[in-house]
Amino acid sequence: MATPTTVDLPVASGEHGISPKKGRGGRGAWSIFRNRKAIVGLSILGFFAIIAALGDVIAPYDPNKVSSTLMSGPSGEHWLGTTNTGQDILSQLIVGTRGVLIVGLLAGAIATAISVLIGVTAGFIGGVGDEFLSLLANVFLVIPALPLIIIIASQLPEAGGTTVALVIAFTGWAWGSRIMRAQTLSLRRRDFVEAARANGESLWRIVCFEILPNLTAIIASGFIGTVIFAVLSQITLAFIGVTSVSTWNWGTILFWAQSNQALAQGAWWWFVPAGLCIAALGTALTLINFGIDEFVNPRLRTTGGSAKAQRAKRIRARVGFTPVYRAPAEKRGED
Amino acid sequence: MTFLLRRFVFYVVTAWAAITLNFFIPRMLPGNPVQSLINRYQGQLSTDATQALYAMFGLDKETSVWQQYLDYWGNLFQGDFGLSFTYFPTPVAEVIEQSIPWTLILVGVSTLISFVLGTLAGVYIGWRRGRWTDSLLPVGSFFSAIPYFWLGLIAIAVFAVAWPVFPASGGYDGAFVPSWDADFIWSAVYHGLLPAVTIVVSSVAGWALGMRNMTVTVSSEDYVTVAHAKGLKERTVMFGYAARNAILPNISGFALSLGFIVGGTLVTEIVFSYPGIGYVLYQGVSSKDYPLMQGVFLIITLSVLVANMLADLAYAALDPRTRQEG
Repeated sequence: MATPTTVDLPVASGEHGISPKKGRGGRGAWSIFRNRKAIVGLSILGFFAIIAALGDVIAPYDPNKVSSTLMSGPSGEHWLGTTNTGQDILSQLIVGTRGVLIVGLLAGAIATAISVLIGVTAGFIGGVGDEFLSLLANVFLVIPALPLIIIIASQLPEAGGTTVALVIAFTGWAWGSRIMRAQTLSLRRRDFVEAARANGESLWRIVCFEILPNLTAIIASGFIGTVIFAVLSQITLAFIGVTSVSTWNWGTILFWAQSNQALAQGAWWWFVPAGLCIAALGTALTLINFGIDEFVNPRLRTTGGSAKAQRAKRIRARVGFTPVYRAPAEKRGED
Repeated sequence: MTFLLRRFVFYVVTAWAAITLNFFIPRMLPGNPVQSLINRYQGQLSTDATQALYAMFGLDKETSVWQQYLDYWGNLFQGDFGLSFTYFPTPVAEVIEQSIPWTLILVGVSTLISFVLGTLAGVYIGWRRGRWTDSLLPVGSFFSAIPYFWLGLIAIAVFAVAWPVFPASGGYDGAFVPSWDADFIWSAVYHGLLPAVTIVVSSVAGWALGMRNMTVTVSSEDYVTVAHAKGLKERTVMFGYAARNAILPNISGFALSLGFIVGGTLVTEIVFSYPGIGYVLYQGVSSKDYPLMQGVFLIITLSVLVANMLADLAYAALDPRTRQEG
């Protein structure tokens, strides 16, 4: 397999990726900010981060404050309407953002660290050690994370944000570790690794400079995938009322909406915005993931020079394909 | 055959580890859930039930942990998970037995549909990358980022409240008694349709994205180029060379993400008050019914393990490489 570590993404479908003007210089770490998908994703994430940071300041009302405007739809006074006790839903959303982001990022970081450590070690050492670590990863994989988290969280006396993040991280690392192991396994017999070994490179150097750079995309997407998982798990926990229902996050809003029959009363403003926020955050993270893929994959860079020439001939570039393939591609381009 | 035997032993070991973990979880956690339960029920629990609870949580000081562990295994082999509080005095095993067919059918059918649809769509989009189909990707990632349960809420709001064509909750019409006659089955299908569509819609994009990425990666492989050079039909190359190799990670992904899928669909059941195991878990959680929760957790875990084993066998049958390395 030539490029199993990264995922090719289209270059000719838009101006993003490698336009010859700016793409060639894209070797610095910051060139990811020139990628359109990554920019969109990072902008949305940044937007939520600002809200999370300023939550208490910019929220128009106290999210717990009861008012006399009961169960009313969006209005000038309450942009996203109110609950059945007259609480302002926009304020609840804004204040709840912080918890969502902190738990998501914390859980993602811890889980990724564990998965890199265990996955790469398992893939590289092989033998009995690999068997044992794979077994460990498999145990954590087959145990469905959400029910496990529910079981643990509901038996803990206090299930606050950090506890939830830890529980999610310790149940959510196995997926990444298994992918990391498989990738390391396929890398460790490659010529460049064999060459490094023949050169007498130390084990640490091989792992850190030959293996890990080829895993960057997987580590990054693993991190972001875990963050998405952590956000969803945490919101689900709040929604079914396992975690504290008095601290605000997007799931808490949905919990109150569900337990106060918002659906049956047609109070769409109560549950729609929270869901859209979750989806927007998830989409942002996925887009960043795409951007990272395009940045990491060297193929996307090397073919940049010919992309212009191909466009001139009205051929849609399919990055990474050898010239043999251009014939059918050309045919398709003309139809 | 040695390969299959090896895998089998491996899964037995994994099952043992999972079951043992289930034994230790309530014992490792801080706090005294039994006392809080007794307080909550205020003398409604019999002495026997209290004793059983203490035994279950390992707070019974008279028996050693080892003896408790042996008893736990003994009970497990007899299918004894203890008594449920919520459905007192129904045994947990009976509650689970009644709910598991609902979950198996709902989750099984909708997940299979979603996997097949998503994989086919992924092959197509990946093969024709750079075309308009790529604009489906952001839409897809948006849908895969939506929690199942929220989509369920929206589905209820639209199709059961605003435009009442589907029932909002339940697994069958209350007028029927569960049996194998046509009316009941029709009622069950009618009630299951909305949850099933919810599950398919929110999970199909994930499969499509994964498959698309693998197809894109695989289509730059030399053997695909060779297949093109041989002048094979595009369809043949697409399915026989690219998709056939690209599907391997998707199949292992299918097995591995079963745990995640089950987690998500359990919550869908909660939203729809569907009489499956997720709803039972929810009732267990909301009434702090620990024996029920533990039992449900164990059953879910073992089912996912069996599914993993099956997918692993399928993977081995499809990919000869796994028989040499791994």
